[in-house]
Amino acid sequence: MSPRAPIRVKTLTIDGRECGARGDQTILEVARENNIFIPTLCNLPGLSNAGACRLCIVEVKGVNKLLPACVTHVSEGMEVTVNSERLAKFRRGILELVFAERNHVCSVCVTNGHCDLQSMALTLGMTHVHFPYQYPRMPVDASHERFVVDHNRCILCARCVRVCDEIEGAHTWDIMSRGVECRVITDLAQPWGQSESCTGCGKCVQVCPTGALSEKGKSVAEMSKRRQFLPYLTLMREGRR
Amino acid sequence: MTAAQTKVRLATVWLDGCSGCHMSLLDTDERLIALAQRVTVVWGPLVDAKEFPENVDVTLVEGAVSSEEDLHRIRLVRARTKILVTLGDCAITGNVSAMRNNFGANAVLKRAYLENATLDAQIPRQVIPPLLAIARPVHEFVPVDVFVPGCPPPADLIFSVLSDLLEGKMPNPAAKFG
Repeated sequence: MSPRAPIRVKTLTIDGRECGARGDQTILEVARENNIFIPTLCNLPGLSNAGACRLCIVEVKGVNKLLPACVTHVSEGMEVTVNSERLAKFRRGILELVFAERNHVCSVCVTNGHCDLQSMALTLGMTHVHFPYQYPRMPVDASHERFVVDHNRCILCARCVRVCDEIEGAHTWDIMSRGVECRVITDLAQPWGQSESCTGCGKCVQVCPTGALSEKGKSVAEMSKRRQFLPYLTLMREGRR
Repeated sequence: MTAAQTKVRLATVWLDGCSGCHMSLLDTDERLIALAQRVTVVWGPLVDAKEFPENVDVTLVEGAVSSEEDLHRIRLVRARTKILVTLGDCAITGNVSAMRNNFGANAVLKRAYLENATLDAQIPRQVIPPLLAIARPVHEFVPVDVFVPGCPPPADLIFSVLSDLLEGKMPNPAAKFG
């Protein structure tokens, strides 16, 4: 008998379209294979799924609550709705809360014009934020020799945490506290420049969707991210296993 | 009805912004001439009138609501305007104008008028309107009909929004912040 579990094929519908999938796939993966767009911010192919941003919420027939497509596996006969008025409204609401929670001042941001959050506002048709802005006073840590973390721009997607742990193997990044106090930290909430585990590889900077992590010396709109390494590294490691 | 009465009554308001959005409006260049045939500019930074007029068809608002004067003005503008358009990120999100919000109005005044003053350092108490504790977007105070994002919004976008409004269409500008 083969050591690998036999592949179970599942059939489901997404927005009325019939799709075939492997049993271990998520709704998001199947939707992408079928060119059905589901908005995401925390998901990045090559990293594990965190279900952090909740933008990928979908409706599944027979389930009362909305489910995040990135961490929901397919099942036989599942009827998934990806686009509806209700979902569009909730997704815009989630996005507006992200904008209201920190200080995302696009015009003076290093990633202006190259930012996943900024693009998402346009994609989801966010005209303005209906919630009162919080204007929290957030620190900027520029203690690292080459990189800066600006908590004003962080959306807590945990891409940095995952790439550091899963790809670099250092696990320098983590997330501290809860709710609005939530923050990404290096080592045990020490300044990044004093981190003993950080290898200085910069993968976290490249996968960060916003201007929260950037290279020093970049001014407004100068920081674009290079993520080509990620699928390459993932592929090479899978090949080796 | 005379030609002047059939023209659209247009106003532009400058709250807490850098005037970049007004500059971008001027960057529509020669198209302004065609625009001028169809509108009467009844209020704006360069219009010499004492009070914001009645019965304005379209008002473009640049800047966040940052002082008591801004707040008084935006309420008057809303009451006298049919279609209120927030022009640019400061009016829509607070943007750079709201970056002082973390520090408080007093710290900002101290920095500007005391620490950085070389002569006769004092915080002005007259003529200049008192700052609100924090700068906020326009829609947090009055209903807004159209949002035109950008820092500044590109001239082409402003022109297309104005063109739609002049044709009686409600524009739905798809553009990014920043």
